[in-house]
Amino acid sequence: AGEGSGTMPGDGTGSPAPERVLFPPTFSVSEIKNKQRRHFMFLRWKQQQRKEKLALKKKRKKEREALGDKAPPKAVPKTIENQRVYDETTVDPNDEEVAFDEATDEFAPYFNRQTVPKILITTSDRPRGRTVRFCEQLATVIPNSHVYYRRGLALKRIIPQCIARDFTDLIVINEDRKIPNGLVLSHLPDGPTAHFRMSSVRLRKEIKRKGKEPTEHVPEVILNNFTTRLGHSIGRMFAALFPHDPQFIGRQVATFHNQRDYIFFRFHRYIFKSEKKVGIQELGPRFTLKLRSLQKGTFDSKFGEYEWIHKRREMDTSRRKFHL
Amino acid sequence: QVLLSKNYEKALEEIDENLIYWPRFIRHKCKQRFTKITQYLIRIRKLTLKRQRKLVPLRRKIERRENRREEKALIAAQLDNAIEKELLERLKQDTYGDIYNFPIHAFDKALQQQDAESESESEAEREEDDDDEDVAKREFVEAEDSELSDFEDMDKLETSSEEEQEEEEEVEKKALHSKSKGKTPLKGPARRKRPHIEIEYEEETEPSTKTKAA
Repeated sequence: AGEGSGTMPGDGTGSPAPERVLFPPTFSVSEIKNKQRRHFMFLRWKQQQRKEKLALKKKRKKEREALGDKAPPKAVPKTIENQRVYDETTVDPNDEEVAFDEATDEFAPYFNRQTVPKILITTSDRPRGRTVRFCEQLATVIPNSHVYYRRGLALKRIIPQCIARDFTDLIVINEDRKIPNGLVLSHLPDGPTAHFRMSSVRLRKEIKRKGKEPTEHVPEVILNNFTTRLGHSIGRMFAALFPHDPQFIGRQVATFHNQRDYIFFRFHRYIFKSEKKVGIQELGPRFTLKLRSLQKGTFDSKFGEYEWIHKRREMDTSRRKFHL
Repeated sequence: QVLLSKNYEKALEEIDENLIYWPRFIRHKCKQRFTKITQYLIRIRKLTLKRQRKLVPLRRKIERRENRREEKALIAAQLDNAIEKELLERLKQDTYGDIYNFPIHAFDKALQQQDAESESESEAEREEDDDDEDVAKREFVEAEDSELSDFEDMDKLETSSEEEQEEEEEVEKKALHSKSKGKTPLKGPARRKRPHIEIEYEEETEPSTKTKAA
């Protein structure tokens, strides 16, 4: 039986017309040894499944319309956020322990308005053009920040000098193959150090918009979705970068939005068109961060005390479990 | 095996002494090899004193997985909507104070309360409220910054409609005003000039027609 053509191959039992074939009840498509035939049968099976699904949907829709007002409410679709594994460290807004912790941790002086943030931005050795430009743009976004080149200086020696000169935060942007890919954010007078993996960095000219540059006004800060205890501390770290009193005249807002453990940073200018409508226009760089580790003291890779490290084997086991 | 001395020159001499009957070329090559070795040992010692760069290998599968998850998270995040919602929340909760003059919903609430009472009394009260609020607004407008010129226009609209003293026309005007803003979607400070001009046009025509009708 010539089976050169792939259009009408016979089935497993060998009868010429596939439509009139009777399969034994335990037959499955995967038992056909010939790949071409198997593929064909599989596609047919898939089409059948799709048809059935469509028919089912239509039937359900008709039933819904027929019932009219008495139809049961539409089921809420399951999303990853809905199905998220409940994290025990989720912060309850009224939790006293958390409030007490926050009143006495390293950011207390900032939140009590005793210190004004002053930030040092630097890179790893020998930064390439893209990283340099990114640093400059970041410096315009964050008020009261300075960019310094790192000419081979050791971080451990930079840190005491920074503390002496009254810096409150240190940002180091790590670069690899001419693109920035890592961020180390360290709160200086003995504060926690967070190490992030940075991805999809867009400089200002790559963002599609027709706006001007960010002005010198102090922007507002939006921190979205930092629910767990860890997320809360990271959120406070980000908040500590910006001065306390945003100048609403500038109408600028910096957003750190956490979604599924990815922190998206955006910088917008907003305008209230009416009471229920606001227009936003993106200016400034954008990037996304993923937390890799959080250390208690300042940057110290060998002897530091890690509060949290991302361990792939233990923490990435479930698709619905997030830590921030 | 002969252990050479630590001194570079002495070691070279020792090579010469030990390989005394070997051809000159081979002795030279030995000395060259020795020089190379000492130099790289020196370099190793120097480098270990400086900062070492630790190379962490990227795992291709993991990189791909993380990129894909990031894309999905971005889509799920709906950032623009989230930011707009948050800003509107802050507006409602009055964090911006008196900068933005949107007394509409406060106005509506007051109206709803007064609708519960009789209509004639409420109208009189509304007129008074109108006067009071718009006077206050006018005062505020003069003190405002030029950056918020859009809102100034809105105030001017409200003051002009106050002459009619009808709530419905105010609502219409506000709708028209928002429509006019909608025609040229606001693209930030750069494009503010165009909506500004359109609004002025609307203002000129509207009151004239109204006065004719009256």
